Amino acid sequence: MHFLVLMRMVPDVIEELEIAPDGKSLDREALRLIASESDDHALEEALLLKERHGGRVTVVAPEAPEVDDLLYAAAAKGADRLVRLRGVNPGLGVPALAGSCVAALQSSAGLLPADLILTGAQTIEDLDGLIAPLVAFRLGLPYIGVVTAVTEIAEGKASVIKEFQAGYRGEFEIALPAVLGVQSAEKPPRYVPVAKVRAAMKSAKIEDVEVPQPVAQSLDGIEVLSMAKPEVAGRAEMLEGSPEEVAGKICELLAERGLL
Amino acid sequence: MAGSVWVVVEQWQGQINDISFEALALGRELADALQVPLEAILPGPQCSTLAGQLGCADTVLCADHAALAEPIPEVHAAALADLARQRQPRVVLVPATNNVWGVSTLLGAILGAPAVNFAIDLKASDGALEARCVLYGGKLETRVRLTKEPAIIGLWPGARPADQGRSERQPAVEQVPVSVPSDVRLRLKRYIEPEAGEVDLTREDILVAVGRGIQSKDNLELAEELAQALGGEVCGSRPVVDQGWLPLSRQVGKSGLTVKPKLYLALGISGAPEHVEGMKNSALIVAVNTDPQAPIFNLAHYGVVADALELMPALAEAVRARKG
Repeated sequence: MHFLVLMRMVPDVIEELEIAPDGKSLDREALRLIASESDDHALEEALLLKERHGGRVTVVAPEAPEVDDLLYAAAAKGADRLVRLRGVNPGLGVPALAGSCVAALQSSAGLLPADLILTGAQTIEDLDGLIAPLVAFRLGLPYIGVVTAVTEIAEGKASVIKEFQAGYRGEFEIALPAVLGVQSAEKPPRYVPVAKVRAAMKSAKIEDVEVPQPVAQSLDGIEVLSMAKPEVAGRAEMLEGSPEEVAGKICELLAERGLL
Repeated sequence: MAGSVWVVVEQWQGQINDISFEALALGRELADALQVPLEAILPGPQCSTLAGQLGCADTVLCADHAALAEPIPEVHAAALADLARQRQPRVVLVPATNNVWGVSTLLGAILGAPAVNFAIDLKASDGALEARCVLYGGKLETRVRLTKEPAIIGLWPGARPADQGRSERQPAVEQVPVSVPSDVRLRLKRYIEPEAGEVDLTREDILVAVGRGIQSKDNLELAEELAQALGGEVCGSRPVVDQGWLPLSRQVGKSGLTVKPKLYLALGISGAPEHVEGMKNSALIVAVNTDPQAPIFNLAHYGVVADALELMPALAEAVRARKG
């Protein structure tokens, strides 16, 4: 089995997000990037499937600051092939990114065929589309999103669990090859010690694949007017002081409402 | 009718979801501003039995097709695309729920139309459509102009109150034929009922909710002690459940529970839209987070910029002292 994982670096929202001088985008120079959380889960699910069914895991990620760390960490966790896509313009939006990824997958780099293409169900910056359905659409493959487990692979089909709402889930059967938008893996993404990542840096090789035809398409039909902190109707009344003082104030509030 | 505003109505187990009524409320405002009809698209077999609830729309288009009974993204997107080609709407509002996740993106791809996600508002401005979308876990918003039609809008919950989209008026109902792909490679095998929790959190008056900020499973003990002191229960946001620190039955938010307790104490929860969806109607929200910019403070009634790990024991102690 060949499990191909598409991963992306996204801004770490724990850090302050600075707006670029144009007022329409993030100042990417000032950003700290991390692996998109659901992409990390997609990798974990692929690694679990490899352990269960055999085969290999390929990780493909567009070039970005710190992306080498992501790829080496994936190798340390058990990924077999690491591919960095070069020539992808991150500012062009998700449909263009999907087009670049598919062009690379279909290039002579030998990334396809893959039995399952796994990627995160969404990232925090997917303004103009989700990459999993777009990749599926362009490759003519079936797709399902919000996946939380792949329970069986047999006879050219996979059984997957998808989340609905209020705790309801569904078990689906999808014909392979297929594209999965993974929400969370069956287990939390595995921990990998720094020493193992350092070892992977020495032993693993990152391949560069040029996007064959640079996609010139911009945010087609979407013009970004502004980016800013949210317009909010109100803001919390802030309680200040030492933990003991704040605890006392919260107790007062609860007592006033008959909650203590 | 060409140029109309469409709302795709979502039904779940024979009921119309609240977010569909929220979308109808927003769609009504937009249709009135553009002076065009509002049409509700109701997919699924026997859908006409639900059409009477959609009086906020001028017309309900019932796509009564057996293949639309299950939430198969490519089938729903293909049916909507077929209908959109026939009738040329100006804008299509699609609820962004897990049930139909990916449909708005696929619809945009099939039609070659712009599709935006996470929209919380939409208006006509100088004849053009302008959407406001939430990004980066609720930390930023972006305003975009849609310059091609139809524009596909993935609508986030909470854009308008659901009640604003309900109406006693009887809408016109039209049966519309749709074609769906014949070679569908995805099928639903079974629905899985929610895991039964040991307590029904939706009935609790006091919830102590923990997020990524509690840092490790070991620190859950502090939240449990606090919940015990307050007479409440512990629940959590998605990252805590994904880490295996709490069971799925205690997850609040988009995929989990919707709760309305008298007190929701949000500890180390940033306030991503997916979580807010499940707790925004709590009577009293007190949020504790180290990040003063955390979006949870835009929703909470009271906020504390602090490490929840330091506050939890102090609060538990104060509550115990108060209760004697």
